[in-house]
Amino acid sequence: MLLRTKLFGKTYEFGCIKELMAKANEEKSGDRQAGIVANSVAERMAAKHVLAEVTLEVLRQNPAVPYDADEVTRVIQDAVNESVYNEIKGWTVGEFREWLLADTTSGDMIRRVSTGLTAEMVAAVTKLMSNMDLMVGAKKIRVTAHCNNTIGLPGTLASRNQPNHPTDSVEGIKATIYEGLSFGSGDSVIGINPVDDSLDSVMRLLDMTYDVIQKWEIPTQNCLLAHVSTQMDAMKRGSPVGLVFQSLAGSQKANDAFGVSVGLMDEAYAMAQKYCWSGGPNYMYFETGQGTALSADAHYGADQLTMEARIYGMAKRYKPYQVNTVVGFIGPEYLYDTVQITRAGLEDHFMGKLTGIPMGCDACYTNHAVATQNDIENLEVLLAAAGCNYFMGVPMGDDVMLSYQCTSYHDAASMRQLLGLRPNPEFEAWMESLGLIKDGKLTALAGDASFFLQR
Amino acid sequence: MEQPNVNIEAIVQAVVAALRKEGQAPASGSQPSVAHAPGEFVIDLPDPTLPEARKIIGVDHPYDAEGLRNLRGTTTARIGVGRAGPRPKTGALLLFQADHGVTKDAIYGVVSDEVKNQFNLFTVQSMVKDRDEYLLRPDLGRKLSDEAKQTILERCVKNPQVQVVVGDGLSAAAVTNNLQYIFPVISDGLKSAGITMGTPFFVQNARVGLINDIGETLNAEMVVILLGERPGLGVADAMSAYMGYKPGPGKTDAERDVICMITHNGGTNPLEAGAYVVELIKRTLKYKASGVELKQLSGNES
Repeated sequence: MLLRTKLFGKTYEFGCIKELMAKANEEKSGDRQAGIVANSVAERMAAKHVLAEVTLEVLRQNPAVPYDADEVTRVIQDAVNESVYNEIKGWTVGEFREWLLADTTSGDMIRRVSTGLTAEMVAAVTKLMSNMDLMVGAKKIRVTAHCNNTIGLPGTLASRNQPNHPTDSVEGIKATIYEGLSFGSGDSVIGINPVDDSLDSVMRLLDMTYDVIQKWEIPTQNCLLAHVSTQMDAMKRGSPVGLVFQSLAGSQKANDAFGVSVGLMDEAYAMAQKYCWSGGPNYMYFETGQGTALSADAHYGADQLTMEARIYGMAKRYKPYQVNTVVGFIGPEYLYDTVQITRAGLEDHFMGKLTGIPMGCDACYTNHAVATQNDIENLEVLLAAAGCNYFMGVPMGDDVMLSYQCTSYHDAASMRQLLGLRPNPEFEAWMESLGLIKDGKLTALAGDASFFLQR
Repeated sequence: MEQPNVNIEAIVQAVVAALRKEGQAPASGSQPSVAHAPGEFVIDLPDPTLPEARKIIGVDHPYDAEGLRNLRGTTTARIGVGRAGPRPKTGALLLFQADHGVTKDAIYGVVSDEVKNQFNLFTVQSMVKDRDEYLLRPDLGRKLSDEAKQTILERCVKNPQVQVVVGDGLSAAAVTNNLQYIFPVISDGLKSAGITMGTPFFVQNARVGLINDIGETLNAEMVVILLGERPGLGVADAMSAYMGYKPGPGKTDAERDVICMITHNGGTNPLEAGAYVVELIKRTLKYKASGVELKQLSGNES
């Protein structure tokens, strides 16, 4: 294989597809940490020039981790629709980019082509896209899902009510749920990250959230973001689970670090379909994030964007209700500053949609990253404009349990007002019936947690 | 506009009382130390970061004012802050930004010798050379320098049942504020359980993964590291206790257990957390496993 170009009179040559892909990636501190970044901006551009001429067939033949060595690769490769793939395998990555953006290419056409893609093709085209390309491309692809309500419809923006508490206080979490509901957060899910991952604690919070949903007849679902094995135990004991959650990574070895495998997730998915109290048919919730494979030393020399795309390929197997990247959570050693976090957020959302999964985003940052709340507000607007399915809702964006900052209950209402978006339709109808929202705008009753002390 | 539902009077009194205790405020009834000319424009604010001031309710006409105050009292999360249209009230917005500001300022703290000397902790370094490299190169923070390996081999008891290590992590304040409470509970608890503890020490620029190098170097049956967490807003001093059974090369988070959010500021207080750590150590040694495997073997016994 020869991968070579001249740029400004200088010759650049790349040893293999993996090296080319890494060097064509936008600057990320994680890739730098891994020692795989381009040596100069010019070399990065040379790599992009070469990558634009690579065919999708070559990308399929060169997965980041070999088929025989990795079950994530096998899941993705085995799921490819061969008829669709045969139609597109001769496309170059540059042609693929233009096809995605063309006026004559509809969202349905992209959804169909999605079935013939592997993660490496998704990652490759993303590397050739500017930020605006990523927004325009993603906006065309609507991926909806249904559990107790419908997420991802055009003109909607959902919000996960994330009422975390530093000691899992049932009363504290309930108070925070009320606050969020009063702002219109909770249509995506009422989803808690527990401090205490034990079965008793998880079951207690599942019961409480289920009771709130039943008492107020809320068209939504609950979820406890404990390890999937704990949620499976809870389901076995009859706990009311709305969505089954797990963090996933882009290689078998990286998933090992999370204590999960394709086999375990298959089992969890089967159990979800059998035991979840919610309506389905989409029962799964996944979180992802660039850099997880590297942090588990399981990236096989591939860049973090490519490893991220592979997670989406795996997630698709389980027909999830929602998937979100937790884009700034991992810290500055993977995404150093606002520029990198913003870029990664747009990339991940686009890649998720192109893969065909109902993608949202936890737009966030940690205190040791070079970013502020203003930067996250900016990213929200960009993502909402690109058709992002949902964001997180946290009181004032300050998660007092996970020690990071993300988007807020106020932001859910603000984004909807700013861009003319609505909650998920079933949830909006529910809010309207309570008098919390009218014609898509919060009423004077909204923004008051004590509203929910009435019942 | 109506006043928010809050007793400003009571807050001011609380602030003055607190200041008086520290000898910074005049006795009641005396004149302010600085005289103001009549009609002069004066701004002289109380501290909005005091615990009571943080609980100010910003909702204009709550359905149930008393109920809302009670809800507010159940969590350190910023609820009951009200809204200006879809956006937060001014005070809530500025308080959030102040909390972020002070946390940014605090990231580069250092644990003092005084704190380490309480428990005779000597100090070694990870492979990281400075704080910037610490932030960008976690791989180096997970490894002991050769010098550190040499030092702990010279100074520590070999083959301990439990090796306890303290690390700064991302918050020196976590160690400074919590170590004095959690450490004695762990060492006394292990002693009374008849479990032998190795020679404790401190690692600067430490990450969780160090427990592999430490376990291997000292041939410990189990390693526990008490580490400063990534600072949250207004809670810059939370500690985590990570532990693993027979840690060594290639062991991952799936083979570790953690107790996180150890702090007096709205988390698990360090005395209580120390007791949890001892319980988890006992369970780990009993089942000779940690992480996911321990959970399976112990069947979620709590």
